[in-house]
Amino acid sequence: MQVYLDNNATTMLDPKALEAMMPYLSELYGNPNSLHKFGTKTHPGIRRAIDQVYAGIGATDNDDIVFTSCATEANNWVLKSVWADLMQHGDKNHIVTTEVEHPSILATCHYLEEQCGVKVTYLPVNEEGVVEAHTVKSFITDRTALVSIMWANNETGMIFPIKEISDICKEKGVLFHTDAVQAVGKIPVNVKEFDIAFMSFSAHKFHGPKGVGALYIKNSRKLTPLLHGGDQMGGRRSGTLNVAGIVGMGEALEIATTNIEEKMASIAKIRNRIEDELLKLEDVFVVGNRANRTPNTILISVRGVEGEGMLWDLNNALIGASTGSACASESLEGNTVMLAIGADNELAHTGMRLSLSRFTTEEEADYVIEAFKKGVARLRQISSSYAKVQPTAGGEVRECELHHH
Amino acid sequence: MAKNDILGESLWDAYSNKVTTLMNNPQHQGEITQEEAEGHGNKLIVADFGAESCGDAVRLYWEIDPKDDRIVNSKFKSFGCGTAIASSDVMTELCIGKTVQEAVKITNIDVEFALRDTPDVAAVPPQKMHCSVMAYDVIKKAAGLYLGVDEASFEEEIIVCECARVSLNTLKEVIRINDLTTVEQITDYTKAGGFCKSCIKPGGHEDREYYLVDILADTRKEIDQEKMAKAADAGQKGDFNTMTLVQKIKAIDAVVDENIRQFLVMDGGDMEVIDVKSSDENIDVYIRYLGACNGCSSSSTGTLYAIEAALKEKLSNKIRVLPI
Ligand SMILES: Cc1ncc(COP(=O)(O)O)c(C=O)c1O
Repeated sequence: MQVYLDNNATTMLDPKALEAMMPYLSELYGNPNSLHKFGTKTHPGIRRAIDQVYAGIGATDNDDIVFTSCATEANNWVLKSVWADLMQHGDKNHIVTTEVEHPSILATCHYLEEQCGVKVTYLPVNEEGVVEAHTVKSFITDRTALVSIMWANNETGMIFPIKEISDICKEKGVLFHTDAVQAVGKIPVNVKEFDIAFMSFSAHKFHGPKGVGALYIKNSRKLTPLLHGGDQMGGRRSGTLNVAGIVGMGEALEIATTNIEEKMASIAKIRNRIEDELLKLEDVFVVGNRANRTPNTILISVRGVEGEGMLWDLNNALIGASTGSACASESLEGNTVMLAIGADNELAHTGMRLSLSRFTTEEEADYVIEAFKKGVARLRQISSSYAKVQPTAGGEVRECELHHH
Repeated sequence: MAKNDILGESLWDAYSNKVTTLMNNPQHQGEITQEEAEGHGNKLIVADFGAESCGDAVRLYWEIDPKDDRIVNSKFKSFGCGTAIASSDVMTELCIGKTVQEAVKITNIDVEFALRDTPDVAAVPPQKMHCSVMAYDVIKKAAGLYLGVDEASFEEEIIVCECARVSLNTLKEVIRINDLTTVEQITDYTKAGGFCKSCIKPGGHEDREYYLVDILADTRKEIDQEKMAKAADAGQKGDFNTMTLVQKIKAIDAVVDENIRQFLVMDGGDMEVIDVKSSDENIDVYIRYLGACNGCSSSSTGTLYAIEAALKEKLSNKIRVLPI
C-alpha cells in the first residue's frame, strides 16, 4: 500500500476535474480572446468555471475574481500593488502580517522592507498557533495600508479569527487581505460574510490542477496590475488564459464545496482516528485544538525522533508526509511555526505533518498508524534522547552548544 | 543558477547506498554499560555532542582497554536524520580497534569517505556534510575525557570550514600567496565554503565564529597595509618609483620648495602640482602656474626646463613636467 498524506503541499487532481479539462487540452485549443470560432468555443467552459469559482467562495457579481498562475502570484500582486497604489506616493507606509505566513507573503514583505522602505509588523501567534484579533487591533496605526493574515495555517491547519480581524480592519478603515490557500475547499469560505478586500487561493490545494490560482477583489477595487501586457481579464492580469487550468479549478472547487460539511466530517473522522491512535504514544503532542483546525491536518511532535528521520521511515513504508524541521529543509532552523508557538526548541525538530484529503481511506489510516508507530519505536531505540547510560562526568551537553550551529 | 538547479536535486537521491543501508540498519547502534566494561576489566567513556534543540545529537560509547588505550568496543545513540545516524555508525566502526590516540586523528573527511560507494562520488550532498562533522567532534570529546585533557588541545588550529576542514592559517596563507580577491577563488583553491556554505558569510544555516568574507577582507586589508608600509619605507629611502602617489607629490613639492619656488615667488608667481601619472616609460607631473607666472613667456620654456631638470636630478629621470 502507498499513502499520500501531504495534501497541504498539493493534492491529487480530482478525476472529474481532469475530465472537464481534457477538451481544452486537445480539440478546444483556441485563444479565448480571438474573434473566431476556435476562440469563442472555449467561452462556455470558461464561463462555467467562473460561475463555479464565484459560487465556491460566495462572491457577488460586483466582485472580481482574477485567475492567476498560482497563489504566490496573487499574494505578490496584493502586497506589491498596495505598495504602488497607497505607499509609494501616498501617506501610508505600514503592513501588518504574522510570523507564520507562507513564504510568498513573508519574502514579499522582506522585499518591500528592504527595497521600498515599507514598515512591516509580524504578529506573533499564541501557543495554539493562532494570531489573536486584539493583537491585530493594537498594531494598526493611521499609516497602516494593509493587513495580510492567512485564513488557515499550512503547517498546523489552525484557523485564524478572520471574522474579528476583518471587522477590526473595517472599523479602522484598513484594507484586509487573506491568504486563504489552506481554507478554500477545506472549510466553508463565504466572502459575503466578511469585509475582505482581497483573498488569494490556489486550485492545486483542493484537487484542481497546478499552475492556476486566483485573487478575489471585493467590489472590483482598483489594484495596479502585477503583470502588464494584453487586455486579458479586463487588463487586470495579462497573459493568455490558462483555459484548461481555469476549467479544472472551477470544477474542482464546485466538487470540494458541495456538501462541504459532510466532506469535512468524513475527513475529520479519519484524521481523528489517526490522531487519537498516535496520541497513545508516550511523549507526543499535537499542535492546536481540533475544533479550530482544518479537518485534514495533524502536526505532531514526537520526542526523541528527528523529523527527517521519521519522514525517511515513513517513506520506506511508501507514506508521503512532511516536516518543516531541521534536516529536511535547507535551513537548519527548527520548524518556524513550532518556534513561533513557543514550543520548546527541542520540539521544533520533531514535528511531523500529516495532511489528509477526502480520498484518504480507513484502510490507509490503519496502515499509517501502524507504520508510524513502528517508525517511532525504531528511531527511539536509536535515539540518544532515550539512552539509559549517562555520559561520563564532563561529557554532557546542556543546551545547543555546537560551535557550528 | 543554471540548468541543473532548475528542478534541484532530490536530497535523499544524493545519498550513497551505504548511507541508505546504514540508516535503515545501523550496525553499532546501542549502549555499553559500566558493568559490561568493568566485567572485561575495561574503562567506559560516554560522550555527548549536539542537543535535540540543535536538530541533531549523538552519544558515543567507548570501551577502552586501559593497558594499551585501545578501543575494543564502541556504540552510539543518535537523535538525527538519516545521514546523522549513518555517520555515527561509520564513526563507531572506524574507532573500533584503534587506540584513543589514533582515534583522535579520525576526521569528518574520513567518516564521509567511509560512507562513499565509489571513491570519487560524495556520500552526502553539501548541506549534509555537517552530520559527519558531529562525529569528528564527539570523538575529540570522548578522547579528552579519557586522557583527562581539554578537547581543544586536539585542535591544533582554528578550523574555519568544518566541511573541508580548512584552518584559518591555511586560508590566510592561500589568500596571500595567490593574491586572491574573491570568495569564489578561495573556494576554488581550498574547497572552503564549497559544501554547506555556512562559513562564507553570516546568515547561512549555521552560525560560525569566522566567515570567509571577513577573513578575505581582513587579509586584503593586511596585504594593502603592508604594501603601503613598504611604499612608505621606500619613500623614506628616496626610491621615487615605488612611492605612493601622495608620497610622490610630497617629494615633488619638497624639491620644488627647495630649488624652484623661491625664484618664482621673487617674480610674483608660484606653481602647484596638480597630478602625477606614472607609466612604464614616463612619470608625468602636471603642474599649474599661479600669479605672475601664469601667462609669463618663459613658463613654457626656461622655467619649465628648470623645474623638470631639478625633479629629474633629485627624483627620477623618467619625470616629464607638463603645464596645464
Ligand atoms: C498558505 C499558503 N499560501 C500560499 C501558498 C502558495 O500557493 P501556490 O503553490 O499556488 O503558489 C501555499 C502553498 O504552498 C500555502 O500553503
